[in-house]
Amino acid sequence: MVFAVEAPARQIERQNEPVFGKSQVGGVSFALFRLRHSLTQPAPYIGFLGIVSLLLAWYLLTEFFNLPRFNKLPGPVAVWTEFTSRTPKYGISIYTPDYYMHIFWSVWRVLQAFFWSTVLGVPLGLFMGWKKTFRDYSFPILEIVRPIPVLAWVPIAILIFAGIASREAPIVFLTFLATFYATILNTMLGVESIDEVYFRAARCLGSKPRHIFFRVVLPGALPFIFTGLQIGVGVGWFSLVAAEMLSGEYGLGFLIWDSYVLSQFEVIVIAMMTLGVIGYLFSAIIRLVGSLLMRWTERGTS
Amino acid sequence: MTMSAGVAGTRADAGVGASGAINIRNVSKTYDPLGVNVLAVDNCSVDIAAGEFCVVVGPSGCGKTTLLNAIAGFHDISQGEILLDNKPICTPTHTSPPGADRMVVFQNGALFPWSTIISNVAYGPTVQGKLSARDARNQAQNLLAELGLPEIGDRYPNELSSGMRRRVEIARALINDPTVLLLDEPFRAMDALTKSVAQEFLLQVYDKVRKTVFFITHDLEEALFLADRVLVMTTRPGRIKYALKIDFERPRNFHMRSSKRYLELKSEVFSAVREEAAKAFEAGERELA
Amino acid sequence: MWNAARIYKSVVSVTVLRGAVSILGALVLWELGRRLQVPFFAAVPAPSEVVVALGKVIGSGKFWNDWAASYSRVLVGFFAAQIIGVPLGLAMAMNRTFYHFAFSPLEVLRPIPPLAWVPTAIIFWPTTELSIAFVIFLGAFFTVVINVLGGARNIDERHIRAAASFGSRRMDIFWKIVLPATLPSIFTGMAVGMGITWEVVVAAEMIAGKSGLGYFTWSSYVGGNYPQIIVGMISIGLAGYISSGLIRSLGKLATPWQRQF
Repeated sequence: MVFAVEAPARQIERQNEPVFGKSQVGGVSFALFRLRHSLTQPAPYIGFLGIVSLLLAWYLLTEFFNLPRFNKLPGPVAVWTEFTSRTPKYGISIYTPDYYMHIFWSVWRVLQAFFWSTVLGVPLGLFMGWKKTFRDYSFPILEIVRPIPVLAWVPIAILIFAGIASREAPIVFLTFLATFYATILNTMLGVESIDEVYFRAARCLGSKPRHIFFRVVLPGALPFIFTGLQIGVGVGWFSLVAAEMLSGEYGLGFLIWDSYVLSQFEVIVIAMMTLGVIGYLFSAIIRLVGSLLMRWTERGTS
Repeated sequence: MTMSAGVAGTRADAGVGASGAINIRNVSKTYDPLGVNVLAVDNCSVDIAAGEFCVVVGPSGCGKTTLLNAIAGFHDISQGEILLDNKPICTPTHTSPPGADRMVVFQNGALFPWSTIISNVAYGPTVQGKLSARDARNQAQNLLAELGLPEIGDRYPNELSSGMRRRVEIARALINDPTVLLLDEPFRAMDALTKSVAQEFLLQVYDKVRKTVFFITHDLEEALFLADRVLVMTTRPGRIKYALKIDFERPRNFHMRSSKRYLELKSEVFSAVREEAAKAFEAGERELA
Repeated sequence: MWNAARIYKSVVSVTVLRGAVSILGALVLWELGRRLQVPFFAAVPAPSEVVVALGKVIGSGKFWNDWAASYSRVLVGFFAAQIIGVPLGLAMAMNRTFYHFAFSPLEVLRPIPPLAWVPTAIIFWPTTELSIAFVIFLGAFFTVVINVLGGARNIDERHIRAAASFGSRRMDIFWKIVLPATLPSIFTGMAVGMGITWEVVVAAEMIAGKSGLGYFTWSSYVGGNYPQIIVGMISIGLAGYISSGLIRSLGKLATPWQRQF
């Protein structure tokens, strides 16, 4: 699998843009100004309208018109009632601890996988991008293993970890694998994207290899690394859910499958939406951390 | 007034302990980008005296950057040799790695976008272990002030104008006390107004430090304004076709651009270059590195 | 530019040789790991066993049926995603109002992993095949739309202005500028989408299928035929690689201006 990389803030040459004195962007008053300005634009309202239409369509198709196949699916009203009830029919709502337990397990697994894939993927990716010799030996192996879909590893993952590690290990491993591919690939791309000129300048200035690694390769690849982490977290969730559906005991993926087997359809939707929200939050957090670490891409770019 | 290439220019006031004389002897360089041999530079020879401000002009793709890269140590040469203060720094078998003795200022700028200005300027001494991080920063601060650059130490390069960035880059090069300064069309992307200010800045710096400068440009006015000697290169494969001594007094100012002598020199260089430029225009090949 | 010497040079280059060495080395280590009962490797069937299993399976017709089953699901779901996704993305790129209207629901639905839709799909669609195809469709659909949008956004404004100054009508600008400029992104989206598609197919087949390479792999596990699991994995990887390669070649054909010189 090749993951599309959205070009991060490009290091664009500012041609004739004098910026003397204080930075223009900043300050609470300016943020408020932008907020007020955006409220007068049609865009957010149309967006809101879009979501409302979606909910409306869902409601109409499932509960109101009772169309043939749609009426088997739970509608928004049923889901919302269940989700907010103190004594839910199937034991899952915002008031039940079980709900949060499932969320915890899924999040915990993703965090573990994310940790390992960052710790292994970023350094490996940096080396592969920087040193051709290393890449020549390692990239072929990666490229042969990578096309195998992560979920095809399920049986082998179960076998490998059987008896050696807990039942958690296969699930975390599969999530790790997915995130790892994205991380290492994008990190490598990030290093390759660094303009040769920066390496030359660093060499002129008398850098030793470790300086080049920590002061050129790593910061230069950082935008791509964060893109990779974002993509990685996304595909990590994807694999986690599948792995949980196949062999888990707790977690949101397990909850979905279990509820299906027990015909607790409203819970399916609750779990799906929770997945969506949490997945989005993970992405947003990574983006936030990235923008904090890469202040140089914030200032000065339009 | 024709001067044969290879005549060493001398400066009466080269200064005590002058160093930085470059000798380029019969240098040729062949590229092999797509399996097709391309002769970029062909039997180039020139002697540059210590402390001389030497400008190379020529049409795009004629090999001037190749020469600069060879002096800097970024790639090797196929034939000939390059000497710095009588020590070979570039031969077909050995290339001295790039170092702070031959600092380069690049065309589109190479300030690290992820470091602040002060970090950028302090980079050289810190990394070479010559100064502690704090001392390097102090020295960088002093140098920026000395060069008349405002309080921009904590900014990132993206926030500055191109003129400012280029000046910072010159500071970053200077702080390392290089033997030779190599500038690869540093003002190319600037508009004419910013360019003239940047040129005067460079000349002020040069007057202070009197280092050997190897400057590449395609702008003839710039060459005449800055140089002690102008070298004209032919189209690919490049050869030094013509050397012209610019005997204007330093410090220079823009008034000289309207003097009679200047106009004479200009028409001389112009006709020499124009022939080559027309050839390059006809050839229509894409430029190499 | 192409001649025997260049082909020879590129095949026998250092890079290729190093790659061959490392792959062979990895295979040897794997084999040894199994034989010497090294902790994690002991459980994994060795390359030699895999080759034997492969030999047994190649002759059987069922194996190739599974290939066909997986491929047909992939093609159906994938093309459905392209047929709906590409025009949708382009429409969103051309019309700001529509963009804002459609973007929010998409952004809300996108983070939900496609496989989370499996039960819903099974409940809704009459046959298993359709449910699997639907889930595949979802997987590729969002990718396609995002990539089309990304590509359209990156179109240089000046190209559009140039066309307008020539007096182009709106539809001309679409067909002659927007569409060709977005084509590379469309194909990137397709390549990525194809990868996601195979992930989904495999998982869906393991969860709910009765044929296909994913089912083949899973039932090998359940049936205790462990070397066959790896045969399945390799087959899936190969199948996915072939289809991605096809798309990339198609992409190169469709965008000749992108060739490097």
